[in-house]
Amino acid sequence: MPIEKFSTIVSACVPLPIENVDTDQIIPARFLKATSRKGFGENLFRDWRYDRNDRPKEDFVLNQKTWSGSILVAGKNFGSGSSREHAAWAIYDYGFRVVVSSFFADIFKNNALNNGLLPVQVSEGFLAALLKEIQENPVSQVKVDLEKQVITLLSTGASEKFDINSYKKKCLLNGYDDIDYLLSIGDKIKDYEKLKNH
Amino acid sequence: MEQIDNGPAVLYIDRHLVHEVTSPVAFAGLEHRGLQVFRPQQTIATPDHNVPTVDQHLPIRDLLSKSQVDKLTENCNRHGITLYGLNHPYQGIVHVIGPELGLTQPGMTIVCGDSHTATHGAFGSVAFGIGTSEIEMVLASQCIMQPKPKTMRITLDGQLKKGVTAKDIILFIISEISASGGTGYFIEYAGSAFQNLSMEGRMTVCNMSIECGSRGGLIAPDEVTFTYLKGREFAPKGTEWEKAMEYWKSLRTDDDAVFDLELKYNAADIEPMITYGTNPGMGMKISATIPDGSSLTEKEKPSFFKALQYMDIEPGTPMLGRRVDYVFVGSCTNGRIEDLRAFAGFVKGKKKDSGVVAWIVPGSRQVEKQAHAEGLVKVLEEAGFAFRQPGCSACLAMNDDKIPEGKYAVSTSNRNFEGRQGPGARTFLASPLTAAAAALTGKITDPREFL
Ligand code: SF4
Repeated sequence: MPIEKFSTIVSACVPLPIENVDTDQIIPARFLKATSRKGFGENLFRDWRYDRNDRPKEDFVLNQKTWSGSILVAGKNFGSGSSREHAAWAIYDYGFRVVVSSFFADIFKNNALNNGLLPVQVSEGFLAALLKEIQENPVSQVKVDLEKQVITLLSTGASEKFDINSYKKKCLLNGYDDIDYLLSIGDKIKDYEKLKNH
Repeated sequence: MEQIDNGPAVLYIDRHLVHEVTSPVAFAGLEHRGLQVFRPQQTIATPDHNVPTVDQHLPIRDLLSKSQVDKLTENCNRHGITLYGLNHPYQGIVHVIGPELGLTQPGMTIVCGDSHTATHGAFGSVAFGIGTSEIEMVLASQCIMQPKPKTMRITLDGQLKKGVTAKDIILFIISEISASGGTGYFIEYAGSAFQNLSMEGRMTVCNMSIECGSRGGLIAPDEVTFTYLKGREFAPKGTEWEKAMEYWKSLRTDDDAVFDLELKYNAADIEPMITYGTNPGMGMKISATIPDGSSLTEKEKPSFFKALQYMDIEPGTPMLGRRVDYVFVGSCTNGRIEDLRAFAGFVKGKKKDSGVVAWIVPGSRQVEKQAHAEGLVKVLEEAGFAFRQPGCSACLAMNDDKIPEGKYAVSTSNRNFEGRQGPGARTFLASPLTAAAAALTGKITDPREFL
């Protein structure tokens, strides 16, 4: 599935100041039964968002009108647990394009990048300042510039550089994915197989 | 195979395992691009997550589950992939059947769209879980793109105490380094305590490597590994075996290898372990008291107290003596024959507590068959336990086996996340022995009281 090209994003943020948000919370297993990639956003953070009778829980951030935007800002160790790519799909399908945290679980990070969702890893200090600002001032805008690899909190001007693998960056900027690349080296793969079998 | 400048490496995959939950979108993606599976004979599939664990001969009642299992069958048929479907003698949890069929071998690269693929590292293979996009890559090209991980070696020397099992070792390690302490690393487990473990114990350890955030963990292959593999269905035979052995014996890590991180523990310090919170790092010695949170930083506190609130547990209280409603024995962590032997041996001649609902679930058809053949099922039944049919069962509650809201379960599985075993369910992770002790008493009990 070719991914959407990623350019600079300027948006308000949704704060989720919880650490160790695991993929079972992002999308509970019972919603993994679909056989297509679409529609998982409806069940994003299902059990935090709705009660047993499917009524929205008012105290959960996605149910509050105060916050909106395409950037999710979460506590340390985001996306731990199961390898389900559905977690990245659900976040993307809901409308987020960036997740900011001070630490990401490996598989989640990979899955996100493979689906055009940008994980931005920032320092603990920057994360704390960012969370504080968007909680106090929900309309605060944040700019994420992938080309320059810089995230900026526009209201205060505070900014930080973030890391991204240069290959992944190229893929995101151009909207192509690993499969496109692997298909292009098919002959090399066959040569390798021959070598291996000797 | 190839290293992209400043980018990931291309890794060739020897063995690809597939189950029904994470694969349908990958197959759809492949078809969308108009591609065929590149090397179908290197992929093996089985349904496990969704399957019911009773009445498997009947059609699956949950229509969505049925549709995923049907989809898997359809995709495998269309692309010429071997499928061990429901009722096939080789069906089971994907990480249980790979090793028992001899599909998992030292030195192989093995992937599956499932984080517990780390299990196969017990054979000295490089095995880790991948996402659905990566499944599509393997189907399309037999390769994936991977950044090089950092390396960590965990050395455990010394003798384990009585009543302490492989599960306690790994719960201990995770409690020491936390649920994210291994992120970015690949772990090698070394030292006499791991060498003295059986293959099944090694699988339990490697299986939970992912619970400290690491992609995988492995143990160098040795005589124990080779003895386990010899004669298995898909293990090499005859001269092929000799050739393979030569290669496998060459796979040991160099004595002077340098790791990015080295950790050392003493096996004698480990006690039976149990978790009290909502991530596998929140574990402790069964006889200890639950931390009161006073040593945590301000930032760590909210998550800690949120976890205890979910569990409805007071900080600073003991675990021993706490009420238990459910006991689950099974999963790719502890659903192998040795686990069932340990559990059955423990409860033999005793009676299950009448207040406890217990689910004993074999990891595969072959485990099920062997448990019958060895008389374990009879022992279990005499002690008041019901034996179910193979599948992931209550490990993740995608099937009918769900722990009800608010109930406490001692589980031999690998995750105690909120709602993992059913909405509102509360999980204590522990070894099969600790699960057995809880099943007999209806309370959290130190298994050593019975030994
Ligand atoms: S038993 Fe649990 S952890 Fe293992 S594969 Fe099944 S669902 Fe995943």
